[in-house]
Order: sequence, then structure tokens, then C-alpha cells
Amino acid sequence: MTSLCRDERSMVDIERRHPEVFAVSWRRHWLQGVAWGTALAVLIYGLVVFDFSPVRIWNGLGQLGMLLRFMVPPATDPAVVWEFLKAIFETLSMAFVGTLFAALLATPFALLSARNVFRFRLGRFGVRRGMDFLRGVDQLVWALVFVRAVGLGPLAGVLAIIISDIGTLAKLFSEAVEGCDRKPGEGVAASGGNALQCTRFGILPQVLPMFISSTLYIFESNVRSATILVIVGAGGIGYQLSERIRGHHWEEVATILILILVTVYLIDWVSGKIRGRLIEGE
Amino acid sequence: MMSSQHDHPGSTAWQDFCAQQQRARVEKYRVWIVGGGVFLALFLTSAYLSHFSPGRIAEGLPKVHEYIVKILPEIGVTTFRDDMAYWFYAFPDWMLLLAETLLMAYVATLLGTLGAIVLGFVAARNVGPSRGLTILARRLLEIARTVPDLVYALIFVFAFGLGPLAGILAIAVHSMGASGKLFSEAIENIDLKPLDGLKAAGANWMQGMRFAVFPLVAPSLVSYSLWRFEINVRTATVMGIVGAGGIGQELITAIRMLYYEDVSALILLIVITVSLTDMLCERIRHGFIGKENLS
Repeated sequence: MTSLCRDERSMVDIERRHPEVFAVSWRRHWLQGVAWGTALAVLIYGLVVFDFSPVRIWNGLGQLGMLLRFMVPPATDPAVVWEFLKAIFETLSMAFVGTLFAALLATPFALLSARNVFRFRLGRFGVRRGMDFLRGVDQLVWALVFVRAVGLGPLAGVLAIIISDIGTLAKLFSEAVEGCDRKPGEGVAASGGNALQCTRFGILPQVLPMFISSTLYIFESNVRSATILVIVGAGGIGYQLSERIRGHHWEEVATILILILVTVYLIDWVSGKIRGRLIEGE
Repeated sequence: MMSSQHDHPGSTAWQDFCAQQQRARVEKYRVWIVGGGVFLALFLTSAYLSHFSPGRIAEGLPKVHEYIVKILPEIGVTTFRDDMAYWFYAFPDWMLLLAETLLMAYVATLLGTLGAIVLGFVAARNVGPSRGLTILARRLLEIARTVPDLVYALIFVFAFGLGPLAGILAIAVHSMGASGKLFSEAIENIDLKPLDGLKAAGANWMQGMRFAVFPLVAPSLVSYSLWRFEINVRTATVMGIVGAGGIGQELITAIRMLYYEDVSALILLIVITVSLTDMLCERIRHGFIGKENLS
């Protein structure tokens, strides 16, 4: 208590002795002002260029309201719903197979781009840039390319998921590997293990729960994105959806959207449960 | 501590221990076998449904290779300049489209973040104004982020007409949902004492949020928004596929019309743009985090 009082009394002294700490930095204020001003100016420029006029927004919202009215009630014809359900299952299996193979293929690349496993700097740099390239191109673009290469159908979607998620998962995995404790690996090395054995017994047990957890997370995200891969003709529910929107069958669009919502909730819930158990188990 | 006569084989304690170990081992094997069986069944069904078979892969891979060879340009050492000029013949137009794409992502991120901030405060369970509003905001955010942005784009293209406007709104709605969830989680994790202090001094809800909660979450807010911007740049590059503006329009035309070399040129430009924005955002983010750590 006494020290606090003394501090308060000497605040004036401190301010006199260290004026630079208490001085208002005009230069910083000015720079902040310029930064905010530029950000705002770019926003306004964008709004003007993209024609965000109130009239257009209002008309669009009116159209949207009309669409919503068309969507009620959603289509409940069993044959139609069954067709959509089949497409949903197709979407789920695309995401499942794609994520599984992406995770398997990403593991070696992740190890090769982790600093504590692969010491050869230039090689690491090459692998990392390669992964960046896979990630930098959107999944949809990969799907377009694969549709051209292997034809229409879910296989193109699966390949697109595998290719783009190798990039994502390799990055996530390599971060997990770089963050792990190196002592178990040293222990294996001390008892005569070679580099491969060090990785297998020293690092892999530590990072496996994190690998599985990020793979599940990517699986959730793939269930979402697989629904749209198909707008470009790679099978699944998205194909049905874009056809319905183009054909203005809005009540069927509503059914599909509800099915997608329910599926995504279910998958998120299940995978959240599994992830929770994995993390608690460790 | 057990006495030594309990340890020797043959004592009841030892037998109990062995039986227990045996049970644990059987249980472990059962989990592995059942889990593995379910996993295998799921995998086989999925592989069947998604046409994923070794034969089809073997058939497809050479075609992928063929396609990649086709889209790569011919560049000679002696004719390098001419070849590059030929490959990037529409360079100025493409740069304009890329600028449009970036601007779309920027506007959409700002609009989405604005919505996310408002809904994030309402949706946070610990500081939300009322229970009903909190539940409503959470459901709204869930719907906004569960429907993929391209689906919004498809619908908005119909409502607002072709062009960037539909794309921006679609990205904004989706990122509002995604960031709103993160914001509300960040708010749920804060220390509530400053808010209690302000409430005791007679502040209303708005003032409490502005002066007690907002300063605590502002750094994570900036960091999430920058991260969201990176994602939105990627998304904006494909909005053109459904006619919602940006460079995607050019890309899908090149792919559909079989302008092979354009495809590789456009993909290269997109990758460079995306990587540059990622690097820039990381710089800014580190700058912010560094400053926070210093103070």
C-alpha cells in the first residue's frame, strides 16, 4: 500500500525524468490517421466502382424476398428428396476419400518441410513453395482442371480435394511437427536409432493426435466445399443445386439448402465429439 | 506399496492383476477391430460412391499429365522475350482484373467484418444484451457460414444481376458468419472485470462494449480479419466462375474454350497474387502482435 502511494506521488517526477515515454507522438498519430484515411478511401472507391447504389441493393433485396417466398414450402416429394439424399452421400464420400488420401500423402511432405526433421534448407524451401502452390490455387480451379482431364463426375472432385488439401494439411502438419518436443527423438537416437526410427518413435506419437484433429477439421471444411465443387460438374449435391437454381425450381433449392445445413451440422457435431475425445485423451 | 509376498506369481493379487491386464488388452483389440472395421466399411462405400478405383485413377493420371503438358507454354532460351510476350499477351487486362479481384475481397472483408463485429457482440454468451437476441444472432451466424459462399453467389447473381456486386455480397455474408463465430468466441474468453467496473460506474450496454470489451478483443479482431482477407482473396478469384466478377471469369473462359496457355498464365498470376497477399498480411499481423507484446 505504501509503495503504491509513493509511486503515485512520484509520477510527476517520473514524467519529468522520462519525457519521451509520456510525450504524445504526433508522428504516430499522423501515420495512423493516414492509414485509416487510405483504408476508408479504398473502401469508398470500391463501393463506387462496384456500383453499390441504394436503389440496386433495394431492388436486389426485393428479388431475394421474392425468392424466399418461392422457397416456402420446400419440396417434400419423396422421389426428389431421395435423389438429393443420394447426392449428399456422394458429396460426403468425395470429402471422405479426398481427405483421407490428402492426409496420407501430406504426411511425407509435412516431414520434409519441418525444420527439425529435414535439415537440408534448400530442399525444405522447395517443398514449402510447392505446397504453397497447391494451396494458392483454389479447390474449384483444380476441379475445373481435373474435369477437363478425367471427365465429368465425382472422381474429378476427389482429385481436386486431394491435391489442394495436400498443400493445406502439409502446412498444418509441419507446424505441429515443428512445435513438438525433441527429447524423445534424442532418446531414440541415443539408443542407436537411425533418422527414420527417430521420426517414427520420437516424433510421430507426439503429433498423431494433432494430425488427426486437423484432418477432421479439414474434413468438415471439405464437406462444405465438396457441395460446391460440383457447380463445375464434379458430381454430388452441388450439381443438383446449380441445376435447380438455373431452372428456377426454388422450392427444391430450399430442400437442398436445408439438407446441406443438416448434414454440415451433423458432421461438425460428430467430428467435434471425436476431436474433443482425442484432445482430452492426450 | 505392496508387500513382497503379494508380488510372487500365484498370489491372488497377481492373478487379479493378470486378469485385469488381459481384459484391458481384449478391450483394446476390440476397439481397434470394431473401429478399423467401421472405418474400412466407410472407406469402401465412399470409394465406390465417388468412383475412386485404382483402374480409374490409372486411366486418369496420364490424362492429367497430358493436360498439364498442354497448358504449359513453349519458352526457348533464345526467344525468351517473345515467348513471354506471347504467353502473357493480355497482361494489362489481366492485371486490371486482378486489381478488381483484390478490391472485391477488400470491400467484402470490411463489410463482413463490420457485420461480424455487431453480431459477434450480440452472440457472445457472457456479454450479450439478452438471451433471446443472443440465440437469434448465433443462429444467423450459423446459417451465414454453413451455406458455402458460391451458393450465395449463385443466388445473389440471380437477385442482384451479374457482376462483382453479387460476388462481394456473397463473400461478405459468408465471412460475416465465419468471423462472427470467432469474434464471439474471443469475447467469451475475456476477463469480465473491466466490464463490471464500468457497469458499477453506471455505463449502459453500448458503453460497456465500447470501453471494456472492445479494447480487449481488438488485437484478435484485427488478426482474424487479416486472416479472413487472405481467404477472401482466394474466394474472389473463383467468384467469376458463377458470373460474380473478378479474374475467375477469364479463367473459366480459358478452360472451357481450351485456350491452353492462357490457363497456365492465369493460374500463375493468381498464385503469385495470393502468395503476395498472404506474405503481406503475415507481416502486418506480426507487426500488430509484436506491438501488443511490447506494451
